[in-house]
Amino acid sequence: MLLINCPYCGERPEPEFVYGGEAHIARPKDPDSQGPQDWVRYLYRRDNTRGVHAERWRHTHGCGRFFNALRDTTTDHFLVTYKTGEPRPDPAKATP
Amino acid sequence: MNEGLRSAHGGSIDRSQVLHFRFDGRPYTGVAGDTLASALLANGVHLMGRSFKYHRPRGVLAAGAEEPNALVTVRRDAARETPNLRATQVELYEGLDAVSQNRWPSLAFDVGALNDLLAPFIPAGFYYKTFMWPKRAWHALYEPRIRAAAGLGRSPTQPDPDRYATRHAHCDVLVVGAGPAGLAAAQAAALAGARVILCDEQAQLGGSLLSAPASPAARELPGTLAALAANPRVTLLPRTTAFGYFPHNSVGLSERLTEHLANPAPDAPRERQWQVRAREVVLATGAIERPLVFPGNDRPGVMLAGAARTFLNRYGVLAGTRAVLVTACDEAYQAAYDLQEAHVYIACIADVRAENTASAAARAAGIPVMTQATVLGTGGRLRVNSVELARCADGLVSERTQQPCDLVLISGGYTPSVHLHSQSRGKLTWSEPLQAFVPGAAIERVRSAGACRGVFAPEAARADGTAQGAAAAAEALDPQRSGVDPAHGAPRTAAAPARAPDGALAGALPQGGKTRRRAFVDWQNDVTSKDLALALREGFRSIEHVKRYTTTGMATDQGKTSNLNALGIVSRALERPIPEVGLTTFRMPYTPVTFGAFAGVARGDLFDPIRRTPTHGWAESRGAVFEDVGLWKRARYFPRAGEDMHAAVARECLAVRAACGLFDASTLGKIEVVGRDAATFMNRLYVNAWSNLAVGRCRYGILLRDDGFVYDDGVVARIGESRFHVTTTTGGAPRVLAMMEDFLQTEWPDLSVWLTSTTEQWAVIAVQGPKARELLAPLVDVDITAAAFPHMSVALGHILGVPMRLFRVSFTGELGFEINVPADYGAAVWEAVWQAGQPFGMTPYGTESMHVLRAEKGYIIVGQDTDGTVTPDDAGLSWAIGKSKPDFVGKRSLKRPAMNAPERRQLVGLLTQDPKVVLEEGSQVMAQPNAPVPTRPLGHVTSSYFSAVLGRSIALALVSGGRARSGQTLYVPGASGEAPVQVSPTVFYDPTGARINA
Repeated sequence: MLLINCPYCGERPEPEFVYGGEAHIARPKDPDSQGPQDWVRYLYRRDNTRGVHAERWRHTHGCGRFFNALRDTTTDHFLVTYKTGEPRPDPAKATP
Repeated sequence: MNEGLRSAHGGSIDRSQVLHFRFDGRPYTGVAGDTLASALLANGVHLMGRSFKYHRPRGVLAAGAEEPNALVTVRRDAARETPNLRATQVELYEGLDAVSQNRWPSLAFDVGALNDLLAPFIPAGFYYKTFMWPKRAWHALYEPRIRAAAGLGRSPTQPDPDRYATRHAHCDVLVVGAGPAGLAAAQAAALAGARVILCDEQAQLGGSLLSAPASPAARELPGTLAALAANPRVTLLPRTTAFGYFPHNSVGLSERLTEHLANPAPDAPRERQWQVRAREVVLATGAIERPLVFPGNDRPGVMLAGAARTFLNRYGVLAGTRAVLVTACDEAYQAAYDLQEAHVYIACIADVRAENTASAAARAAGIPVMTQATVLGTGGRLRVNSVELARCADGLVSERTQQPCDLVLISGGYTPSVHLHSQSRGKLTWSEPLQAFVPGAAIERVRSAGACRGVFAPEAARADGTAQGAAAAAEALDPQRSGVDPAHGAPRTAAAPARAPDGALAGALPQGGKTRRRAFVDWQNDVTSKDLALALREGFRSIEHVKRYTTTGMATDQGKTSNLNALGIVSRALERPIPEVGLTTFRMPYTPVTFGAFAGVARGDLFDPIRRTPTHGWAESRGAVFEDVGLWKRARYFPRAGEDMHAAVARECLAVRAACGLFDASTLGKIEVVGRDAATFMNRLYVNAWSNLAVGRCRYGILLRDDGFVYDDGVVARIGESRFHVTTTTGGAPRVLAMMEDFLQTEWPDLSVWLTSTTEQWAVIAVQGPKARELLAPLVDVDITAAAFPHMSVALGHILGVPMRLFRVSFTGELGFEINVPADYGAAVWEAVWQAGQPFGMTPYGTESMHVLRAEKGYIIVGQDTDGTVTPDDAGLSWAIGKSKPDFVGKRSLKRPAMNAPERRQLVGLLTQDPKVVLEEGSQVMAQPNAPVPTRPLGHVTSSYFSAVLGRSIALALVSGGRARSGQTLYVPGASGEAPVQVSPTVFYDPTGARINA
């Protein structure tokens, strides 16, 4: 069971959270102007990173807020969690 | 009890407290503090089990959790019958009733031992190669016979009547194992101020100290335990196995609370599962002695040297009277000395190594010692009576001697118990002198101490425990530290063992040529060195493949005694060093954990929450039949005497069409969307245009995912300029709210909107049918005349003084209302409406009738008539889309060419040629009759019912290019033949909508 550091509530056990997929995939501002390839990329293409992965979590059974995290997919270790809207931190400089 | 086999004093048993027990029906006695294994040995019983495959007689090999042979079933009553318990871990209590396993008719005479004679014909992989032909025999003969032979022990036939508890705990330092290292670690950590949990699988804390009572650390043990018990920061958990290591220092413990009691209190929990989150973990799990592999090494009376020492020093039991020790390490010599002191005759020590200081010392003490020794075989049937020793140098066997004995002590050195370290995904390092793997770099915040990392001597282990415990506490209490996240901890690599080991062997003893006799590597699964050789001959190279082909290291003991020897044999045969051969993965649980402990309280009514609507009791009292919809219990139909479901549903449906029906729609998901930007939010999310929806009006809303497929639907009411009452499908409420929150928080954080789930706040009472207005009007303070309150209206008001939101909506096609009142008033208002409806012929109806009524009108159910690949146009719902909106979720995807292909499956109606035939839901729809298999179907039936009001069957189906096929004849194959059907519109009843607008 993972221990996840919600930026709003602090560390809580995994069952309080729901995973939200890869982070930093912004919905295009004007979808109608998107070419077919761009739109399909937004809908379906994900990185499946081996290593440091930026991902979304939601503290569903807590504050209910979405936030982002950098997690190493090879060890399951979180490097840092940060609020939605903040830029992706540099993992080398990350502090938990 | 055989008095001659019990020592006069010493050990941690109470000789004055005699306990009576039965094994295979025969009465025996033991004493308090015994295990079943020690008590049986004290009675001279070595034969405790039969092996799995060959049914060979087996005695007890070990004294602890690693025991592969002595598996027993302990029985309290028909419901409390636990199979596959290790006799070495079953604490004796008055009246204990244990039976042996895997034998018929008795342990001493087992018909299954015929397999042993057939052994040359049933080597490893035999199952994979045989039973291939004749094909017919598989079901008739092979499978039933294999199933009968498979499996260890029998499961109880009655439900488990006991209670199991679960506890979550947090601590600074969790110490696993209460031997010398673990006790020292707990002491050091507690001294530093850490909150400590110390668990051990045994009833008594002390680990190896209990088997060496003369050591200084053992003499201090009572004081150490008393000090720990008195420390409020320390929790001591005996009889508690750390069975699994999970991410982020989450460790599963299984505590056995009543297994050892003669008369457990009926309401006491039987076991407790702990889920411990530890800032730091210290593993002090000790080491397991390794057997030697030689022909006949599985005969009862062949025992690990350390086990015999434990039986003597801890339980006061002599495992034999005339012993031979075969060893590859110094440590085992101590067993010979201890037994000799207890007047066991040590006939000979056979050391497989060359002359060494230990062998010289034993010889000086007067014990005959043979070095460079090997064992060629053993004699005896149900108990060993001799051992054939020889010298083996440079592959040449000489000096064969037959040594009579009733006990053969064996030791190939010690294997550190790295199970939990490996489960935590820590690396393992090969130690050449130990011939074993030791913990390497850790991934989690864990460190190992003592014998489990190769520090064997008690004093050295104690010092190691103190150091590791103090270090763990210092890190756990570091104020800079956050949680258990190991990413920023210093990488911890275990240092080299503090003391050089004194010999070990991984592999088989040399035989100086071929032998026909079998040497067992894995006792529990009957894997011999020949099986391993066969697997290699047949081309298996990966140790994981060898394991699965031969089953070595599988079964309930998971290879605790066999893995290293199997690796050694494979490595020698492949001429590759052991680290290159690799190691099979350690997985949880360390020892078997009962299902009850995992289930905890989540059984029966507590398995899943049950959600009941406010009218549940009313429906129950009317004899309603309920169905599960998600977690909800919903009334499915209300049968009258003698009615089956079809009769009840037909009656209910006709009553709604002719007069009026009463239906509980409380389970509908409800979300209150409030805020300055509520309309903007709804516009961006739903396909519909909301800006032009007037306050007091409702609209049927459709929600897509961004990929353009229908996700949910429901009526949305505009309660105020900035307040929407959104309803969702019963099952969809949580995911719709989650999707709303997702878009609101992450895509449109600029919008000022609040979302609140109100599903359980409102009871929803649907009154449907031509009489609905007439019966409802006197009860409400709202003008509900057709002109003032047309279809798709909403009003705030009161019903019998209770505040309500009244909707004029219909899921039946009739004039209808849905009364939303606060849930606490639900039952009372329902009863009042019911009474008011009596003069009008009101009938309660359930979900089954609701389904028929809506299908007659062609109203879809998301998830039944859609499946996640259906667009609004496929479902015939394009009319709902707000065409002039610049964007909504899913809009861009609807423009993709594939989403508008003419061959897409579209929702259509199907009318069977024979009006009495009701199609099977899920049936395929074919273009041609008797289509050959395989043929690509045109689509499938999604909804199908018999419509009482139409006097015929109706069906909805998703059919390729369906709308263009209107009037065509298609074919639906089913169990009772193929039904020709005609494609029709989806609205079967009142297509002009006259009734709904009445």
